[in-house]
Amino acid sequence: MRHIVSLLMENEAGALSRVAGLFSARGYNIESLTVAPTEDPTLSRMTIVTSGSDDVIEQIIKQLNKLIDVVKVLDLNDGRFIERELMLVKVKATGAFREEMKRMCDIFRGRIIDVADGTFTIELTGSGHKLDAFLEGLDRAAILETVRTGASGIGRGDRILKI
Amino acid sequence: MAEKTHPDQITGAEIVIRCLEQEKVKFVFGYPGGAVLHIYDAIYNQDHFKHILVRHEQAAVHAADAFSRATGEVGVALVTSGPGATNAITGIATAYMDSIPLVVISGQVPVPAIGLDAFQEVDMVGVTRPCVKHNFLVKDVKDIAVTIKKAFHIARTGRPGPVVVDIPKDITAHLAKFSYPESIEMRSYSPVIKGHSGQIKKAIKLLLEAKRPMVYTGGGLVLGDAAALLTKLVRALGVPVTNTLMGLGGYPSTDKQFLGMLGMHGTYEANMAMQDCDVLLAVGARFDDRVIGNPDHFYSKDRTIIHVDIDPSSISKRVKVHVPIVGDVKSVLHEMNELVEAEKPVQSPALKAWWAQIESWRGKLCLEFDNSNGLIKPQYVIQKLWEVTKGDAYVTSDVGQHQMWAAQYYKFDKPRRWINSGGLGTMGVGLPYAMGCQFADPEAQVACVTGEGSIQMNIQELSTCKQYHLPIKVILLNNRYLGMVRQWQEFFYENRYSESYMDSLPDFVKLAESYGHVGMNIEKPQDVEGALTEAFAMKDRFVFMNFITDQKENVFPMIEAGKGLSQMILANDIGAEDL
Repeated sequence: MRHIVSLLMENEAGALSRVAGLFSARGYNIESLTVAPTEDPTLSRMTIVTSGSDDVIEQIIKQLNKLIDVVKVLDLNDGRFIERELMLVKVKATGAFREEMKRMCDIFRGRIIDVADGTFTIELTGSGHKLDAFLEGLDRAAILETVRTGASGIGRGDRILKI
Repeated sequence: MAEKTHPDQITGAEIVIRCLEQEKVKFVFGYPGGAVLHIYDAIYNQDHFKHILVRHEQAAVHAADAFSRATGEVGVALVTSGPGATNAITGIATAYMDSIPLVVISGQVPVPAIGLDAFQEVDMVGVTRPCVKHNFLVKDVKDIAVTIKKAFHIARTGRPGPVVVDIPKDITAHLAKFSYPESIEMRSYSPVIKGHSGQIKKAIKLLLEAKRPMVYTGGGLVLGDAAALLTKLVRALGVPVTNTLMGLGGYPSTDKQFLGMLGMHGTYEANMAMQDCDVLLAVGARFDDRVIGNPDHFYSKDRTIIHVDIDPSSISKRVKVHVPIVGDVKSVLHEMNELVEAEKPVQSPALKAWWAQIESWRGKLCLEFDNSNGLIKPQYVIQKLWEVTKGDAYVTSDVGQHQMWAAQYYKFDKPRRWINSGGLGTMGVGLPYAMGCQFADPEAQVACVTGEGSIQMNIQELSTCKQYHLPIKVILLNNRYLGMVRQWQEFFYENRYSESYMDSLPDFVKLAESYGHVGMNIEKPQDVEGALTEAFAMKDRFVFMNFITDQKENVFPMIEAGKGLSQMILANDIGAEDL
């Protein structure tokens, strides 16, 4: 099953490679991984999208907790949570395509953030599924470039990951 | 060296020395080189610890590792950058697999040169990441003291392990005031000590009500210094107990409640009891593949497993556990003993029947061997070694058949006496391990049980042994084969002995003598005991004993890789003509 694991870690050189190294050394899946400092610059927040059986997910959580730089780990799937991903897509926008692209963008509540002769760059935020659906809705030939950040997640209500 | 701006300032190198002094380090095993020259210069002017100059960095780490295994203290090694650092890797990985607390200080090229492919540069933090508990690159002289403090703290607490501190050369020349933190708080690291009381109560209830109870302990019990508490518990409960290869000495081997080692080359009774028990108490052990074999075969719906371990990730990793107890083994066993004392257990009829079953398994005499063909049997050498040393030696081993025979036939009654590479299975550890033990306990008898393959992997340390007058006794079981490889080739590759014959061996006696040691060749069974007695009587000499043993001897019992605990091959299952 797909899990989103959130963690807080010391914002130190090499901390990211410890997590990445753990996943590759132990053969765990890694779908996406995002990391950036939090409001406390000594801490980084990482979101890892992974998948595996319950036993594997249990081991992943334990192994992450064992890393000395990791302060706290939360499996977001243990409760209710929100997931968002940002995507930037550069598409062909010529002739009749320009209107079509504008309409698709509106339907998915995206924003056109750059306009040039023949291209639009669209910014879209949502769950991974929504971003997939947007790409599927476009003519493949119209997609020039996509950039996705990977998912970030946060617990709903009073589920808070903080030290 | 930089100019002092304050009289209290000292160099980074001197700070390193002061830190080791504060940690009460007695020995540093190392090898100098460019990047650590400032540190070696600071060593020259100090007498807080003794520096042991090995002949290869791998041996430095192994010796520090053995020093730790023998004493429980943190072992310390010091190596230079680049090849010095990479030579240390096998030693670090060996310690990591067996959870041995080490601090390995490595030199690094100066900070401005990092990343420029400088002479003797290697990304030590990157290279060691998968085989250390943690590692640090120090980039400011002001961070040296707190980093070393953290390194020792991390190495020795929780599930112990090796920690690498990589220090660039320029940092060891920079100046700073020295102040060593009294204690260290890390928000990201606080190992659990006390086990969950409710779980401990539940565990004891299960053990008291068990019909076929069994206790299985590993290296964690030895590392946690909890052997005495375990012995007390096992005796009070009247239950059978087995130790893993790493756990030998965790319970007195000569005691009747001890069923011997379990696992791939474990005893028939230990493996059968492990498979058939209804309540299993596992303490500081990790159900690894050499211990329980195939987890699907091991699985039994009738067995409840209680697992005490300081590392949560060891619990339910290969085998689903019913009563997990995360905590320090000493603290948990102490609580367990208190509960059992209050209960005053009496032997139930079911437990009596269980013991009767175990006795019938014991009746197989699975460690008996035929000693009549006029050749020296390796098992016999170990039996005599045990007798001559009165069961009180530090026994180190390398990896292979001789390791298994030493584990099977030397009866360890005390923890921290059996020193071997269990997890990584590193050939070549034996001699440096013996060095570490002899430094830890200079008056003790130290025997290095080895093979002619393994001993040649760190044979250069004969020189170190000469320099420091280490009266180690090398027990070489020389069968002219990489014995364990040969055994597998015989069993599973139709006797195709591919590259397992050890040709062109040196004259070990002359080799030993060339280093100023005593060498002995022993070729007849009747000479074994006398030779051992003579060697151990030479209390101040290093003696290299070359026992020419039966080439075809195999280790039994044996479980094939991937098979289950009850699927053992016993020596008498195979007729002599098959061999």
